[in-house]
Amino acid sequence: MSKQITAKTITDSEFFYGHKACAGCGGSLAVRIALKVLGEGAISVLPAGCMSAVGFNYPHLCFSNNSIISTFAGTASMLTGVEAGARAVGIKNFKAVGLAGDGGTADIGIQALSGAIDRNDDILYICYDNEAYMNTGIQKSGLTPFGAKTTTTPSGENIHGNIRPKKNLFEIVAAHNIPYAATASIGDLKDFMNKIEKASKIKGTTYIHVVAPCPIGWGIPVNETIEISRKMIDCGLWYLAEYENGQFKLNRTPRKFSSIKDYLLSQGRFKHLEDADIKILAAQRDAKWTTIRKNWNTTEEEL
Amino acid sequence: MSKPYLRPYQKPQKLSDYPLGTASEAGYLVTKNCGWRNERPIIMDECINCLQCYLYCPDGVIFKTKSGLDIDYDFCKGCGICEKICPKQAIKMEVE
Ligand SMILES: Cc1ncc(C[n+]2csc(CCOP(=O)(O)OP(=O)(O)O)c2C)c(N)n1
Ligand code: SF4
Ligand code: SF4
Ligand code: SF4
Ligand SMILES: [Mg+2]
Repeated sequence: MSKQITAKTITDSEFFYGHKACAGCGGSLAVRIALKVLGEGAISVLPAGCMSAVGFNYPHLCFSNNSIISTFAGTASMLTGVEAGARAVGIKNFKAVGLAGDGGTADIGIQALSGAIDRNDDILYICYDNEAYMNTGIQKSGLTPFGAKTTTTPSGENIHGNIRPKKNLFEIVAAHNIPYAATASIGDLKDFMNKIEKASKIKGTTYIHVVAPCPIGWGIPVNETIEISRKMIDCGLWYLAEYENGQFKLNRTPRKFSSIKDYLLSQGRFKHLEDADIKILAAQRDAKWTTIRKNWNTTEEEL
Repeated sequence: MSKPYLRPYQKPQKLSDYPLGTASEAGYLVTKNCGWRNERPIIMDECINCLQCYLYCPDGVIFKTKSGLDIDYDFCKGCGICEKICPKQAIKMEVE
């Protein structure tokens, strides 16, 4: 185990500052913390999405490291180019890092991401997952969970929000036999920071999937972003895990889940759910945890 | 310690003042965010300097000083995450 990054040891410098994200935005916290860990050598690529929209408003430019907007689909391919270009001109101590939303990653950007992993390009791809296309007004993405109400999955008498389960992107990425992939949450920044640090030291493609709630899209008060992230882990609808050397490992093993109903009904996007819907979600959760407990390494250790 | 900071900005007056593209200097701020705020966080004497508020602030506006912590009110949006995360209830939100 290497030395842990903490609030005390992390740099005082800020690389994402003065941005126009809504108050309490989880995505902006994920981006801020990722860049603080990576430092000024980070060259960041952000596709269309909230974090590019709130970070680049010429002449108001909120990144103090080199940063660029990519096409919506092209985060990973631009990272490939940035990494090769920086290396070709002899830049030392840099890290090409992607900061892309769930829509930009799990849907339109998945082909470019898959290609980059296949080539094992030396890049770090971070997906901040707010579970919908927020920047265009809350449309369903492949990472929107079952039951969530979005503008394209409304809830009515017959259909109660999104009818499809959340895509399992972490395992889709891992299935490429990537050198390192991890899940994280802005509810546990210590875990997130140390996963970024670990990923940044690994040569080859690395991927971190960080849940980062959006108070607007989730229908929660702006001061509850962290609390809801923690509830999501505690009730078992998210898990902190790593994939390395062909093995899955769980970083935190809950003995008992907290109330899934409490997690769901404290958010506007799930308010319409009935007990039968919540049962479906709980059953999906339990099935997932059964396979996790059976197949993954579940001994908790420090990163 | 470094971070993006406010610079003077002159609105373009004539066509030739307009840039040819949007590529420009990094960390170049020209507007504040304080106008978004309804409530202002105040750090009180109960603070034990655990740095949780500093870490979890989405805007990164809580900063370390020699004697503890301070807040850059030019960019604080008043979300109240710092108040919630504080284990000592050492931050109170004051109506602006
Ligand atoms: C090719 C293309 N299609 C559609 C858009 C419009 N668009 C911009 S941002 C966005 C939503 C992004 O959602 P996500 O990736 O989840 O990021 P978030 O906004 O939630 O942070 C969309 C659809 C675009 N810019 N380019
Ligand atoms: S809409 Fe949501 S994700 Fe986008 S800036 Fe606002 S809080 Fe953040
Ligand atoms: S979270 Fe509370 S106790 Fe900790 S540093 Fe902030 S104000 Fe002080
Ligand atoms: S109110 Fe929000 S923006 Fe202001 S210091 Fe607290 S956490 Fe940061
Ligand atoms: Mg999104």
